Amino acid sequence: MTTGQAQTDTELVTLTIDGREVQARKGELLIKVAQENGVYIPRFCWHERMEPVGMCRMCLVQVDGMRGFPPACTTPVAEGMVAHTDTEPVKKIQDGVLEFLLINHPLDCPVCDRGGECPLQDQTLAFGPGESRFTEEKRHFEKPIPLSGLVLLDRERCIQCGRCTRFAEEIAGDPLIDFGERSDRMQVVTFPDEPFSSYFSGNTVQICPVGALLSKPYRFKARPWDLSTSETTCTTCAVGCRGALQSSSNRLLRLLGVDLDAVNQGWLCDKGRYGYEWVHADERVLEPSVRVRNAMVDVSWPEALEAVANELQRAIELHGPSSVAVLGGARGSNEDAYAWVRLAKGVIGTDNVDAQLGDGLPADAVLGLPRAEIDDLDQAAAIVLLGPDLKEELPVLYLRVKQAAVSKKVPLLDLAPVDVGLTPYATAVSRTVPGEEGVAAERLVAAIGGRASGDAGIDAFAAAATGRSGPVVVVLGRGSVAQSAAPTMRAAAAFAALPNVRFLSALRRGNVHGALDLGLAPGFLPGRVTLDAGRGWFAPIWQTVPKERGLDAEGILRAAADGKVRVLVLLGADPVADFPDTDLARRAIDGAGYVVAVDAFLSESTRRADAFLPCTVWGEKAGTTTNLEGRVQRLGRKVSPEGTTMDDWRIAGELAVRLGNDFDLEFVDEVTDEIATVAPAHAGARSQLLRRSRDGVVLPVREHLHEIMVRTGDLNIMAEDGPAVSWDPIRVDAAEPSEEGDAAHEVDEARGEAERLEREAPAHHEWDRAANVGDAPGRDAYALRLVSGRELYDGGRITTCSPSLAPLRKDSALMVHPQDLARIGVEEGTQVRVTSSRATVTLPVRTHPSVPAGTARLPFTADGRGASELIDTTTMVTDLRVETIS
Amino acid sequence: MTTANTSEPFSETRIVTRRLHERPDDSWTIDGALASGAYDSLRQVLAQGDPSAVQAEATASGLRGRGGANFSTGQKWSFLPKDTFPRYLVVNGDEGEPSTFKDRMLLERDPHQLLEGIVIASYAIQCNLAFIYVRGEFALGHDRLMRAIADARAKGFIGKDIQGSGFDLDVVVHRGAGAYICGEETALLESLEGERGMPRLKPPFPAIEGLYAKPTVVNNVETLSTLPHIVRMGGEEYAKLGMARSTGTRVCALSGHVKRPGNYEVEFGCTFRDIIFGLGGGIRDDNALKFFLPGGASFQWLVEEHLDEPYDMDHAAQKLGTSLGSGAVMVFDETTDPVRVAWRLAKFYSHESCGKCTPCREGTGWVEKILYRILHGYASPEDFEMVCDVADNISPNFMAAPFNQTTLCPLGPSVASPIASLAKYYRDEIIERIAAQQAEVPA
Repeated sequence: MTTGQAQTDTELVTLTIDGREVQARKGELLIKVAQENGVYIPRFCWHERMEPVGMCRMCLVQVDGMRGFPPACTTPVAEGMVAHTDTEPVKKIQDGVLEFLLINHPLDCPVCDRGGECPLQDQTLAFGPGESRFTEEKRHFEKPIPLSGLVLLDRERCIQCGRCTRFAEEIAGDPLIDFGERSDRMQVVTFPDEPFSSYFSGNTVQICPVGALLSKPYRFKARPWDLSTSETTCTTCAVGCRGALQSSSNRLLRLLGVDLDAVNQGWLCDKGRYGYEWVHADERVLEPSVRVRNAMVDVSWPEALEAVANELQRAIELHGPSSVAVLGGARGSNEDAYAWVRLAKGVIGTDNVDAQLGDGLPADAVLGLPRAEIDDLDQAAAIVLLGPDLKEELPVLYLRVKQAAVSKKVPLLDLAPVDVGLTPYATAVSRTVPGEEGVAAERLVAAIGGRASGDAGIDAFAAAATGRSGPVVVVLGRGSVAQSAAPTMRAAAAFAALPNVRFLSALRRGNVHGALDLGLAPGFLPGRVTLDAGRGWFAPIWQTVPKERGLDAEGILRAAADGKVRVLVLLGADPVADFPDTDLARRAIDGAGYVVAVDAFLSESTRRADAFLPCTVWGEKAGTTTNLEGRVQRLGRKVSPEGTTMDDWRIAGELAVRLGNDFDLEFVDEVTDEIATVAPAHAGARSQLLRRSRDGVVLPVREHLHEIMVRTGDLNIMAEDGPAVSWDPIRVDAAEPSEEGDAAHEVDEARGEAERLEREAPAHHEWDRAANVGDAPGRDAYALRLVSGRELYDGGRITTCSPSLAPLRKDSALMVHPQDLARIGVEEGTQVRVTSSRATVTLPVRTHPSVPAGTARLPFTADGRGASELIDTTTMVTDLRVETIS
Repeated sequence: MTTANTSEPFSETRIVTRRLHERPDDSWTIDGALASGAYDSLRQVLAQGDPSAVQAEATASGLRGRGGANFSTGQKWSFLPKDTFPRYLVVNGDEGEPSTFKDRMLLERDPHQLLEGIVIASYAIQCNLAFIYVRGEFALGHDRLMRAIADARAKGFIGKDIQGSGFDLDVVVHRGAGAYICGEETALLESLEGERGMPRLKPPFPAIEGLYAKPTVVNNVETLSTLPHIVRMGGEEYAKLGMARSTGTRVCALSGHVKRPGNYEVEFGCTFRDIIFGLGGGIRDDNALKFFLPGGASFQWLVEEHLDEPYDMDHAAQKLGTSLGSGAVMVFDETTDPVRVAWRLAKFYSHESCGKCTPCREGTGWVEKILYRILHGYASPEDFEMVCDVADNISPNFMAAPFNQTTLCPLGPSVASPIASLAKYYRDEIIERIAAQQAEVPA
């Protein structure tokens, strides 16, 4: 079926639109073909990323041989078709439909958020009547009414196009809004007592063709013509959604989703969309400070840098380079990561560096497993989900997997430990005991190999995947931070035996993949090379290279707790909040000799710092970031930094100078360019290339040069000579890659650079799957095995410091299967005593049918309480005993 | 205006209404039905054992849908893709067209005839599950239908292995929730699936992707009730009734200002005069006829000069610019204010507009408001031209037939029919009336 589809799609037909002959792919919709050929047919309900419905009737046209007036949005083009979009009857219909739309529309444009970028305004001007003949009373409603904590609805402005309701059902899979009532009383409604609490609700505001749906954070904040825009990449999670960041008077005011076909296809999650608020949070630390006699004192930057450099120098001299450790760096830019790696490994000489905080996967697996791109999902033979709840941790990746499973009908196997957002779309579900993921993976390998696996779900899935072409894409992450990475690694080792298997990493922090790629992990150097393989290459470039492999986050924290770390640098890291074992993190920070915080906020971890170096954050800094598929994209610098904050990479450079090594990097582009010259995987990804490449560059560069789309235009949201486009897919024009070699000069340069490094630099690291591990220990009959993962609004800094997001955080409770609650013998919601090998805490207990019997689910929150008190990182899994409080 | 309250004596041709007239006390019971030949045709069909033969008879009979669209039933069945199963039969019993009450009678008074037709049709198209969508307000009809289904099941006319033929059919009854639009077949399917009742885009047509995206035939109650008789008489014999391509009989719901309103089964080819005067006894109080609705509320009105036109589907559509629609004839005498009738119809369509597409959602309400002003003397002379133009924006070239539409389904253009009728017959009257109203307003 898929091949038949592909044939139809590539077959070209010739048709005539308004007397002009054009070519198009057979079956494409007339409205789209016309637009691509310069004929804009007005529309309201049609959105290119959703199924056409033909509701608004604005795009009616005439087609020779077809009776009446077919809607261009539901009419596929065909050979010999002759379409007319500007005849008198068509113009009369356009006038008529616009007049109909306006009779009940309030025309309160001067106080409407959409005024100035409103499709109804624009199309009325372009296609509509000059005035209305309607003299009666317009319809009235109470307005606006909240649909959720983030989205308000003005029912008088609504033109009932159904874009929002269709988005909620079709794209987000959260059918929480629908139409109620009939005729001109028809209105968007939520279900009683159930708000539109979709993680993707903000998209409905962006695609609304009028000001009916309003973002609470943006409402009344600006006029669209006062906003200036920079293209950027969202770093809230590791998906790397493309966005258009807008500000006015040096305040960030709005983030719009940009339609990057390969990644987010125009959508954003609400955390990403509204998380900009934290940039301007009052809690930001804006001046450097150092600890003087147990109190933090604000000092100048030179003083602060001098103090930190002196501590580093002293530690190196007295205790050796490995007495210095760096934790974090997954939230900055690639340039930040590179500069800090160069400082730590190339100047100080320590390999005790880790961008992850014990809640991810071993760097050698992330860097070495064969990688998939997000777009591979749509063409995959099958998708296997072994990891966290993507809806909570990587929301837009959830949308892409859902689209592949639902629209592209790719078989999906859900191996998560508990029900997740994608479970309803899975072809088959197999719930294994947490810790025994490897067993499920081996079963799958058997089933794909044609042998009975002993698991009906897995067998059914293998049968569905049989005969399909394309790769098997495994979305791989830690399904639970309450267990070690070992079970996931054992599963990965099994999966690696599948034919044509590729992995999509489900690590969540914004630039964790960029940080790992650039060597912010023990045993690695920039460009996905191991310390041993890369030593010879980097030694002449840098001042030094560590002698031996260092410690990962857990090792660093243990060493710090034992007093063996003299200087601990927290690079935007809050181990107390994020490390699965809070107690160890607290002891480590107390035990470290000198703690340097490079951060924007005080946290429980950075509050104990001896030096605080305030850094710039997303929106304030330029540079690049790398998403979970290895796509390097640029960040937009939209506002000037608050206070005297400094980019992380510059702080590293300043410290390096004080340690006697001048990086000689003055501008961020120079850092990008240095990466492109020294890091093998990045070879050729110079700033100029990234600037010209519309979709960024996927690493390793030399394997993806042929995909580079060279941009031929700019992001233009407020078009000067046409309708505003923020409600439609926001795109950037680009030239198709060409075989003839007429690609941009930058691509050729990159090719040269990549080839040079391929000859001279060490090869990329490949994962050795021999490192197999054993199974989790058995669980005793009275224990519940803990599964813990993040929720989207997790109490982290973006949530708590963004006023609009903070109230969305849910209470956390221990979720168990109803059968287990009965066994404990308490009522729903009762406080119970929960004991692990680490601690005893008191929590409310609730039932949830998504939790299998024998398992307990507890969200991992960033407040250092609950799950992070219970989790024992020294064992493979964490088992709990739950008792009543008498 | 002259009154022509005269007519030759005229009588009904009772086929689908025969049993309910012959057995007024028990036509709806299984015993009463069986005593008057119910399920004989089904037995005949099952004994013959050839579904395609039933289809052939239906096609030969020239039977056209009695819901309002007048589409050939045999042809509709033939659109089902071969070898795609399951497929469904959906019975449209959501009779909501203003002034139409013939399906209600057939449901209440002869449910076994309908069930027999359903089983025959299901056998012909080889479906094993049929859905009956009954208008929610039909309480008695629903009760009798449920009883009839239980009885038919007990007698082996529905269920597994019907009459030992090996053919299975189950029947599901769904009650509507009071939306006119759910009589539109795709909105009905949406409603049946539990969705909000709004019409679907066509294509795909229900025969290709209907209920639950499976091939589906949607047939009207009267259409299916006719089937047993076509089987009994033979298609060719049935086709001898009626005229031209309007074969057979039609149950005509006659209402309004006539002396004897009611359901009359007439053979196609009679005249409107036969129906209104011959059967209905003429206009009340022997008043003059003002106008009449020839096929429910959705099509253009006819006036006295049309009384002797033949009652024929194609003639109505091609020569008279209207339609016999749902088979309802509603008569208005000289005391009637046509603006009031048009306003009341517009109010109905505005109230029933599902809201999915713009011209209908907004336009029907606007039309209603303008007509209300004309009716109550708050209009200016331009308002009548304006309401005509609004109608034109819903149904381009709205005076002509067959109608065009800017809307998604035919509900929108329905509101243009009364406007077109006003413009056709009463334009001058209305303009004068508005001018007179204006004159009364003090300067």
